[in-house]
Amino acid sequence: MSGDHSSSVISAEVRHVEALLEARGLLDAGEIDTRIDEFLAGGTPANGARIVARAWVDPGFAARLLADANAAIREVGLSMAGGLQEQRLKVVANTEQQHNVVVCTLCSCYPIALLGPSPSWYKSEAYRSRVVRDPRGVLAEFGLELPAGTSIAVWDASAESRYMVLPRRPEGTGSLSEEELAALVTRKGLIGTAAV
Amino acid sequence: MSRINDVGGMAGFPAIIEEPDEPPFHSDWEAHVFALNGALIKRGVYNLDEFRDAQERLPVERYLAASYYERWFAAITTLLAEKGVADAAELELPHGH
Repeated sequence: MSGDHSSSVISAEVRHVEALLEARGLLDAGEIDTRIDEFLAGGTPANGARIVARAWVDPGFAARLLADANAAIREVGLSMAGGLQEQRLKVVANTEQQHNVVVCTLCSCYPIALLGPSPSWYKSEAYRSRVVRDPRGVLAEFGLELPAGTSIAVWDASAESRYMVLPRRPEGTGSLSEEELAALVTRKGLIGTAAV
Repeated sequence: MSRINDVGGMAGFPAIIEEPDEPPFHSDWEAHVFALNGALIKRGVYNLDEFRDAQERLPVERYLAASYYERWFAAITTLLAEKGVADAAELELPHGH
């Protein structure tokens, strides 16, 4: 499985293993397609954005979210228990004094239930190696220039613990509805490589 | 001793590249590998920690040369062989394909 393998070779290899497993009763016909469909219909950054918008308009929810995110997100119909195992979720709030950014230095741990599949850059050795050594420089490459007085906390996710950033509510958004606020929140904002 | 996956703070990797409008999977086989892993873990053929371990102990040069889902598939076939589900030769494509 070197990187030199063409896509058609690895496609054939994967089909071969699937057929073998079906023949041995370890995989049902159609099970793969069902799983793919369910996954693609599941988490998207809109879930994380919905949590953020609720926290912006409801200080009580924000406090519960920061204290016990697994419990709080159930209030908006979301859960971290839908995957292979329940994962602990910690939501970290950006302030004027501290910006937060999430990484998984060891592999690619990510709150898929809330954000959907992670972007390739999140899984790259480049991001994983550098954001812990030079977070300010990496964030600048993403176009996020933070004031020198703002400290940066880097949260390293693991198999058991996942993180999501609660961005600061942009100024001048006082008249927006919760739904309109959610539309402002991006995937990068939820990871911490963008302000919102 | 740390393994090759433990890259935090390591120098020498290339620049971070963002892919605009990146799809969840870049080809069908990646989606199949993703789903296959979930199915095997659900059946208890192996668990999530074993899956991570199988990726992390890939030979360094293979780990670094492989794409993300190529690593996943390498870990899956490694575990299927080690768990006795199939021997390594059966997991490979028959000759002539």
